[in-house]
Amino acid sequence: MKIAITSSGKTPDSQMDSRFGRAAAFIVFDTEDDSFTALDNTQNLEAAQGAGIQAAQHVVNAGARACVSGHTGPKAFKVLSAAGIPVYLAPGGTVADVYQAWKKGELKQISDADVEGHWV
Amino acid sequence: MRIAVASGKGGTGKTTVAVSLALSAPGRAALLDCDVEEPNAALFLKLNGIEESAVTVPVPVIDESACTSCGECARFCEFNAIVHIGTTVMVFPELCHSCGGCALVCPVDAIREEPVAIGTLACASVSRAGESPLRIIQGLLSIGNAMSPPVIRAVKDRSAAEQEAGAVDVFEIIDSPPGTSCPMGTAVTGADYVVLVTEPTPFGLHDLDLAVKTVRKMGIPFGVIVNRSDSGDDRVVRYCGQEGIDLLLQIPEDRRIAEGYSRGQPLVESAPEYRSVFSALAVRMKTSARPASGGVQ
Repeated sequence: MKIAITSSGKTPDSQMDSRFGRAAAFIVFDTEDDSFTALDNTQNLEAAQGAGIQAAQHVVNAGARACVSGHTGPKAFKVLSAAGIPVYLAPGGTVADVYQAWKKGELKQISDADVEGHWV
Repeated sequence: MRIAVASGKGGTGKTTVAVSLALSAPGRAALLDCDVEEPNAALFLKLNGIEESAVTVPVPVIDESACTSCGECARFCEFNAIVHIGTTVMVFPELCHSCGGCALVCPVDAIREEPVAIGTLACASVSRAGESPLRIIQGLLSIGNAMSPPVIRAVKDRSAAEQEAGAVDVFEIIDSPPGTSCPMGTAVTGADYVVLVTEPTPFGLHDLDLAVKTVRKMGIPFGVIVNRSDSGDDRVVRYCGQEGIDLLLQIPEDRRIAEGYSRGQPLVESAPEYRSVFSALAVRMKTSARPASGGVQ
């Protein structure tokens, strides 16, 4: 299965981006063979609004079945939930470390958004 | 004759000037409080016969039984207000700009638009010494909503509708929101003249310059009022000179005005000598106004 992790860069040695909607990129790992692809999210960095929604849509379209970030707001969470994608939170570190932590079951799945929505 | 009172920087005295102009303008006058995120002109006036009504905007509602889950609506929406995932279509009304495009592009007519209340209009009358009563129309954006332009447009539309009924030229004074973004642009659009109120400080000058650039781009004649004119330095006055901007009035600091303000008293009551000054200014603005649309008489 595929898992998307918010990233500040295009490779797994990048630091995880703690933001969801305005993350610089997503690194999408395939758990079958630990291969990855990078998904650019910079168009959302510039979005006036709805960044979380659009980012969630990207994650869904990329075929991810799980998602890890530092924080997730209510609109993004609603979209991910509708798509049946569980959201896990990680405190930080490189994307590769976050991926390993997730594989070991060390990350906590959230049942609701952990931060307030931004002012539109 | 529509005069918008704007500023760039907040807290410079827009409402003080707008209320003073509205109370002093000769003939029929209306005050439109378009600072809908924090309308406060009414605090300075004794209102009679307040009527309230809701301001609504249309937002899409999806008929799931008719929806074929094609995703056209979500692809069309520029504001991410509609999301299409699998067979689910989700609407986020708080992001909707009410353009109606989703309903137009839906191939199976599964989208209808329903009104959602985002604010309130309040209309009232205020008696004026020696003049016909002042009409006041105030917009108030509901808490939790972020888009003020529809409420601002509702205030202006209401005033226009009332004027058509009367068919006499009215001095419409618009109390604009601060800044130079969409709310200010919406309030100032269609004005025949703009008054920019500023203070003689570096911040006041910086934001005045932004407001001047905005109003010039909009092609509306304008002038500047410097409030608390002796509290800073002369840089705003020099700027107006260099830019060839009409300096309409300088209001020096005055304890009477500050004390009156703290009691909710308009400037032209706490310092009555300003009444004739503002009355003359209203007339002067009428003569400087955009000729194409000025003077509907």
